[in-house]
Amino acid sequence: MENKFIVSPSPHIHGGDSISKNMYGVLIALVPAFLASLYFFGLGALVVTATAVIACVLFEYLIQKFLYKKQPTICDGSAILTGLLLAFNLPSNLPAWIIVIGALAAIGIGKMSFGGLGNNIFNPALVGRVFLLISFPAQMTTWPVPGNLPMSYTDAETGATVLSALKQHAGELPTYSDMLLGNMGGSLGEVGAIALLLGLAFMLIRKIITWHIPVSIIGTVAIFTGIMYLVDPISYANPLIHILSGGLLLGAIFMATDYVTSPMSTNGMLVYGVGIGLITTIIRLFGAYPEGMSFAILIMNALTPLINTYIKPKHFGGK
Amino acid sequence: MLKTFRIGGIHPPENKLSAGKHITALDIPKQVIIPLGQHIGAPAQALVKKGDLVKVGTLIAKAGGFVSANIHSSVSGKVNKIDNALDSSGYRKPAVYIDVEGDEWEETIDRTETIIRDCNLSSKEIVDKIAAAGIVGLGGATFPTQVKLLPPPGTKAEVLIINGVECEPYLTSDHSLMLEKGLEILSGVSLLMKATNVSKAIIGIENNKPDAINHFKKLATEFKGIEIEPLKVQYPQGGEKQLIDAIISKQVKSGALPISVGAIVQNVGTSFAVYEAVQKNKPLIERIVTVTGKGVSTPSNFKVRIGTPISTLIEAAGGIPENTGKIIGGGPMMGKALINAEVPVTKGSSGILILSKEESVRKPVYDCIRCAKCVKACPMGLNPSLLMNATEFSEWGLAEKNFITDCIECGSCSYTCPANRPLLDHIRLGKAKVMGIVRARKQ
Repeated sequence: MENKFIVSPSPHIHGGDSISKNMYGVLIALVPAFLASLYFFGLGALVVTATAVIACVLFEYLIQKFLYKKQPTICDGSAILTGLLLAFNLPSNLPAWIIVIGALAAIGIGKMSFGGLGNNIFNPALVGRVFLLISFPAQMTTWPVPGNLPMSYTDAETGATVLSALKQHAGELPTYSDMLLGNMGGSLGEVGAIALLLGLAFMLIRKIITWHIPVSIIGTVAIFTGIMYLVDPISYANPLIHILSGGLLLGAIFMATDYVTSPMSTNGMLVYGVGIGLITTIIRLFGAYPEGMSFAILIMNALTPLINTYIKPKHFGGK
Repeated sequence: MLKTFRIGGIHPPENKLSAGKHITALDIPKQVIIPLGQHIGAPAQALVKKGDLVKVGTLIAKAGGFVSANIHSSVSGKVNKIDNALDSSGYRKPAVYIDVEGDEWEETIDRTETIIRDCNLSSKEIVDKIAAAGIVGLGGATFPTQVKLLPPPGTKAEVLIINGVECEPYLTSDHSLMLEKGLEILSGVSLLMKATNVSKAIIGIENNKPDAINHFKKLATEFKGIEIEPLKVQYPQGGEKQLIDAIISKQVKSGALPISVGAIVQNVGTSFAVYEAVQKNKPLIERIVTVTGKGVSTPSNFKVRIGTPISTLIEAAGGIPENTGKIIGGGPMMGKALINAEVPVTKGSSGILILSKEESVRKPVYDCIRCAKCVKACPMGLNPSLLMNATEFSEWGLAEKNFITDCIECGSCSYTCPANRPLLDHIRLGKAKVMGIVRARKQ
């Protein structure tokens, strides 16, 4: 008679980290920005967010259940996160049916068509956003002005964002304090710089992400726009306006740092971040669109496999 | 700032349940099973046959090659048989079964506790005595010690690094030995310095053992050229290359030996065995083994004769708990899960860890989300996720190009993975495969 025990290779313990812990960690980091958007955009923010999150989770569930014929894994939090990030990239007066189409593009095309979480090449929320931007350009670029629309959501007063004002050399720019707090036109999650930075601090402390991607993006934009500002301060806005406006902080902190679509080595992350910063600035200063963050991230997403192939982690004993 | 190695690393819960427990000598069992292959390299060749009478310390098997080690009887009695026995590798391998009768030692062995620090032997004589005593690396790697002390021609050792790190969670055998046999260990270090002709030795001890650090700092003042280096707690600091990097900030290149940066690394337990072999003529016949686990009623540090079935040790620590899922020979990160409790203690057994059924279950595996936490954890600067994929798809060229053979199998990647991916399982397989391909190419 012998005692029989479980035999498996080492290691025999696990650190207890999980996909859902990381996903819910990012969701917690997004709470301050969500509260800021509720404060400034009122009911509209809530309706847009709820629609996007529910639609994303539902599409993920349906696709996993009926197309993959697998046990749905909606509890891992990744579909909720995609929904929330999609909502943060939309104006607060966007009709619900457009949001649902965006959610289908994000989850269906951006994520599940590649095989689900971990296999997608592009950031799903950005796929959804860009899909809507190209399909519904008018609705996607009319931004409610914050403050005077607490209970209504579709027929609010609208105005330009900082960047489109810059582009058209028209309209008044908000003050820096308004930009820091989020008291300006724009999509839900891109307006409150302080709230977004709080989220960044939380994710860094919890070691959900490292500093490399956000810092290299923001640094590159600051340097590039700084040079242009020094060369010609009349035609080009100063770097602080660029950093605080548009989706720059939201993108640098929450979208570009998406695990699946960003490089794995720290040097790769820096190259990726610098690339996003350069492309964003080029689009903003010289392109047709006022805002370049979404395109920049998607372009660098596409280059991530190449970066992973050529830029390796620093090897022990190597040069 | 405390020193530590510079790439990767993790900090699992330390769970040193048996820390501070005095070393207790375990009763001699009725029968011992002494495997002939307890070390890296060729198995030893048996010199005894059924019916032979042996004493404690009698040579029962001689080294079977250059990289091999002598094996001595750990008990007195009669050889029952030479037969295959299950060892910690999970395979049945030749072993000498000895029925114990009394406890009679070879006359040459000095059994007194008197500490002898003077040594008039030459380097070569010390190395010969170490080889004769069958000493192997007692940190767990079990590489024959005399081989490590003879650097290849054209190389020169500059510093002796002594591993008192014990970075595996749960294990405390080295810690308890450092507290109770400090003078002997330091005398052993002096002997190793003489054997390798170096004037400087540095003992690295992790900062979670302040008692051992203080004790050694006090003792080291009596010895010439021995320094104590407290290290920041980080796993796998006990890895040879990691320890060298932590202490002298030099990284041994891929495929190179520590001697390439002028270092020789030995464990504190090995130093103690060297002291006993050289000054007391005592071959390696016993060692300290930690028996531990959250369900174990009295986690302990035992002095055990080699060949004692581990069931005897577990019995002495309060028996196998009801809810046992896994018995591990070694620590939780690099130890081997044992098939049953009749496996004997060997020279490399640093501990026995008992995990409950709940602790033994692996969680469901999800797709890689490329979070790169394994990359950050890897102490060799590899990309474990890539190496696992390469192995899964039999891309051996890709695996080789990405240094799969550098993997030290510390398990930090699997430990860290949020998707519970069995990274090391695959990498271990791929590494063996690639090493085979590399060997075949050289021939």
